[in-house]
Amino acid sequence: MKDKKPKNVFQEGAITSEFIGNSIYKHQTKTSIGAHNIFLGQVRADNIDGKTVSAIEYTAYEDMANQKFHEIRESAFEKFDLTCMHIYHSLGKVKVGEICLFVFVSSPRRKVVFEALEYIVEAIKADVPVFGKEIFEDESHQWKVNS
Amino acid sequence: MLITIKYFGQIAEVTQKEEEQLEVSEYLISGVINTLNTKYSDLKNKDFQIAQNQELVDLETELTGAEIALLPPFAGG
Repeated sequence: MKDKKPKNVFQEGAITSEFIGNSIYKHQTKTSIGAHNIFLGQVRADNIDGKTVSAIEYTAYEDMANQKFHEIRESAFEKFDLTCMHIYHSLGKVKVGEICLFVFVSSPRRKVVFEALEYIVEAIKADVPVFGKEIFEDESHQWKVNS
Repeated sequence: MLITIKYFGQIAEVTQKEEEQLEVSEYLISGVINTLNTKYSDLKNKDFQIAQNQELVDLETELTGAEIALLPPFAGG
């Protein structure tokens, strides 16, 4: 399931639980898989100086971001014995409680998926040019920084 | 050389635009940044990385690219 060309990781708006459930369902035909692992990033209602975040609006340097996602994918396939992997990230506004990042890895064996998932999520946070505007309930905003 | 410069996030708030084209004679990335610092005085106070043709570069890198991007701190996930 290794792809050669960068594909578009981005989706407009939140990633729905239907979409996630359907992704799991689609893997039932891939019977060499013995273990899946899933990371879901959810927008948190951070409280900053008395104001509460109500949504994050995501933008990205899309061409570079898709290239970086592609490099992360290639490097994960090299490092780990994965059957397949999928990454989806939101663009545009995602409200608190909604999902903005969905990473899905599958392998014949469980140990691999725990390690691979952490590696991939950390690489996404560090290397992919995605920007997040944290919008407060009073419509003011600040810019999110990954820690 | 005519280059395209892209701005994102809080950098685009400073420049009030997401993209522009500039005719430059500099041969290092630092030259372009100096030009932009003069044009947008608030840029000096902002934290950003620089990409040339979609690869991160530093100030001493030779300017070769048609596309430069100023990237504020990443916030994916």
